Amino acid sequence: MRDAVLVIDLSNYSYEVEHRPDLFEKWIGGTGVAVQLLKEHMNPEADPLGEDNVIVFATGPFTPAYPLASKTVALFKSPLTGNLGESHAGGRTATSIANAGYGAIVIKGQSKKPVYLVVENGEVHFRDGRVIWGIPDSLIVGRIIAENEPGRGIRTMMRIGGAGEKLVRYACVTTETYRHFGRLGLGAVFGSKRLKALIIRGRKKYLPANTKKFREVYDEIYRTAIESDAMKKYHLLGTAGNVIPLNELNSLPTKNLQSAKFESAEEISGEALAEHNLGRRIACSHCPIACIHLAALRIPYENEPYFYKTIMISYDYELIYSLGSMLGVGSRDGLLRLIHRVESYGLDAMSTGVCLAWATEALLRGVVSEEDTIIKLSFGNVENYLKAIDYIYEQPNEFYRHLAMGIEHASDVYGGKDFALAFGGNEMPGYHTGYAAHLGYATGLRHSHLDSAGYSIDQKVRDVTPEEVVDKLISEECWRQVLSSLVVCFFARGIYTSDLISRAFEPLGVEISEEELKKKGEEIYKEKLKLKVEMGFNPENLRFPKRIFEIESLHGKLDERFIEEAKNYYIKKVREIVG
Amino acid sequence: MKQLVVKDIEKCVGCGLCMYACSRKFVKRPEIGNSSSAILAVSLSGFERGATVIFCRACTEPPCAQVCPTGALKPKRGGGVVYIENLCLGCKYCMDACTLNAIFEREDGKIAVCIHCGYCSSYCPHGVLAYEEVEA
Repeated sequence: MRDAVLVIDLSNYSYEVEHRPDLFEKWIGGTGVAVQLLKEHMNPEADPLGEDNVIVFATGPFTPAYPLASKTVALFKSPLTGNLGESHAGGRTATSIANAGYGAIVIKGQSKKPVYLVVENGEVHFRDGRVIWGIPDSLIVGRIIAENEPGRGIRTMMRIGGAGEKLVRYACVTTETYRHFGRLGLGAVFGSKRLKALIIRGRKKYLPANTKKFREVYDEIYRTAIESDAMKKYHLLGTAGNVIPLNELNSLPTKNLQSAKFESAEEISGEALAEHNLGRRIACSHCPIACIHLAALRIPYENEPYFYKTIMISYDYELIYSLGSMLGVGSRDGLLRLIHRVESYGLDAMSTGVCLAWATEALLRGVVSEEDTIIKLSFGNVENYLKAIDYIYEQPNEFYRHLAMGIEHASDVYGGKDFALAFGGNEMPGYHTGYAAHLGYATGLRHSHLDSAGYSIDQKVRDVTPEEVVDKLISEECWRQVLSSLVVCFFARGIYTSDLISRAFEPLGVEISEEELKKKGEEIYKEKLKLKVEMGFNPENLRFPKRIFEIESLHGKLDERFIEEAKNYYIKKVREIVG
Repeated sequence: MKQLVVKDIEKCVGCGLCMYACSRKFVKRPEIGNSSSAILAVSLSGFERGATVIFCRACTEPPCAQVCPTGALKPKRGGGVVYIENLCLGCKYCMDACTLNAIFEREDGKIAVCIHCGYCSSYCPHGVLAYEEVEA
C-alpha cells in the first residue's frame, strides 16, 4: 500500500516526504487521511487567504488498482465559508498522484512571487510563474504549460484562471481541461499562495498481495461497470438527464427560486443538448464510463461572414441549473456561452449562477441599484450576464467586490437575505425537492448535495419525521466517508457496495469486514465534524433562506416548523457526536 | 499472426484502461500502476480536440531494434520486436529511434514495448482497439 505523503512548503521553497503507514491503515485514504493531515498541519484559526492555510490532496488505496476509483479529495480552509473546505475532482489527478508514488500531498506557506510546481520522480520543481500570472483564461494557461512540460498522457495539470488570482471566494481549480475542484474556493487559496498551477507526473508501480484474486476482482468490477445498469444514467445523457424529471417534479430552481418549474426546461435539457450539441465524450483516467459530455458550439465571427469558431464546452446538470434555469436562460447557445465564460475564468459555476440570480432579484426589488450592478441584470439576458461574469472577475466597483465574496456576505452588506440562497455560506445546488435536500445542504459537512443526497431521500420517501430525515442524512453521509476515502467516484456507488469493497481490499493485502468499513465511515464523519467545530462551525447559526418555504416543491410548500425541529435535533446530534 | 490494431481512433475517450490492462498482462506478476505499460492514451493537445492511443505498430524493419547495442530488441517475424529484458542496458536509444514515441521508460530505467499480446483490447470499452489476424 502507498503511504508516502509529500509536504511542500511554498514559503521557503522546500519539500520532504514522510511515510505514514499509521495514517493510511487507520483512515483508509482520501478524506479520512486528509482530515488527519489538515489537523496536523493547520491551525484551525488560520486566515483562509493567509500563509497559514494548508491544502491537502489525498488519494485512496483503490487508485489505480481498480477502475472507477480515480477521484482526489482536496481539503483546505474555505475562503467562502471561513470553515472547512472540501472539494473532489476526477480527471487524471488521482492516478497521477498515485503513479508518482504518493498517497497525499500537503501544500503549506505562501510564495513571494508567482510560481507553478512540477512534481515528478521524487522531486519537486519550483518553476517561475511570473510570465503566466495574469492570464485570466485557464484554458490558455493549460495550453502553455502543456507545451512546456513533458508527461503527455500521464500527467495532471491543476491550475487557476483569473478568478483565483483575484481571490474570488468561489474560484475553482481546474484539472486537465474539464474537471474541477469546484466548490468552496480552492482556486482563491491557490491564488493567495501565488500558486498558478500544479503538475504531477510519474510512472511507478506496486504489486498486489494476491495476484490471481486481484485480476478476478478487477474483472468483476469492470464487467459490472460496462454490462449492468448500475451506471447507465451516466453512460447516456449524463447528469443533464435530470433537467426534465426535476422540472416535472416541481424541483428545478428557476429565476432565483421564484419558481421550481422552468418554461424552457426542454430547450436546455440533456435530451436537447445531446440532439443538437453533443460533440464528444471523454473519460477520467481509468474509467470506462466517459461521462464527460462536451457540447460543440459554433459561433460566427462578429463582423466577418463565413468565419466560425467552434468551441467545446463541458456540461452537467449543475451548470444547466445554475447558469440556465436559475438565471432564466432558456437558450442553449446562451447557456453554453455562459458556461464557457465561467470555465475560462475558473469560477465555480454553481456559486456564480446563484450569486447572479440573487443580484438580479436584488436589483428588481430595489435592494441594490443599477449603479451597483453597472448593467441592467434581468432574467434571461445572456449578454448582460456575460458582462456580469467579467465584472465578478474584474471587480470594478464595491458591489462586485462584495459579490465576489459570495451571497451570504453580499446579503449581509446589502440585505435581501430572505432570497439569498446559501447554506452554511455555500450557494445552493439545484434541487428543490423537499425537506431532505435543504436539510442536507445545511447539515452536510461540505454543504453539498453530494454529502448526503437529500434529493434522493425526497424522491424515495414520504411521511417521515424531522428526526428520521436527519438520521437518514447522517447515516448516508457516514457511508459516503468510506467512498470518499477509497476514493471511488460517487457515480459508481451502486457498484462499490460494502461487500465488494471488502473483497477488493483482500488482494491488496488488507482484511476488512463490511462492519468494520461502516464503523470507519462513522469515525471519519466524527473526526471531520470535530475539525469543523474547531474551525468555528456552530449548527445553531445555520440559516434556512425564507424563499425555500414560499415555493411549491415535490413535497408541496415546505413547513418552517419541520425544518426548525430537524435543526434542533441536528444540534443535539452534533453535541452527542462531538462530545 | 495476430496483432493489436486500431479500429477507429476517433472513438478514443482517453480513459487509459488499455494502459492499466497492459500493466496487469502477466498472470504471475500483474502490476498496479503504469511503470511497465507499453501503451499510452493521450489527449490531442487538450481533450477538446479528442484523444488518441500510442503503441508499437509492429514495423517490419523496426528502427528500435537496429539501434539496440546489445540485441535486447530483436525483430520478430511478421513485424514488431521481441524484448529480452536481461540484455537491456537502459540506454534508451530505441526510444529516440521510434518515430511514434511508442517505447516507454520504466521506473527501473529499462523500457516497456508492446509485444502484441492483445490483453488490453479486451478492456477497451469503446471499440478503439482490437486483436486480429493480420497479413505478414
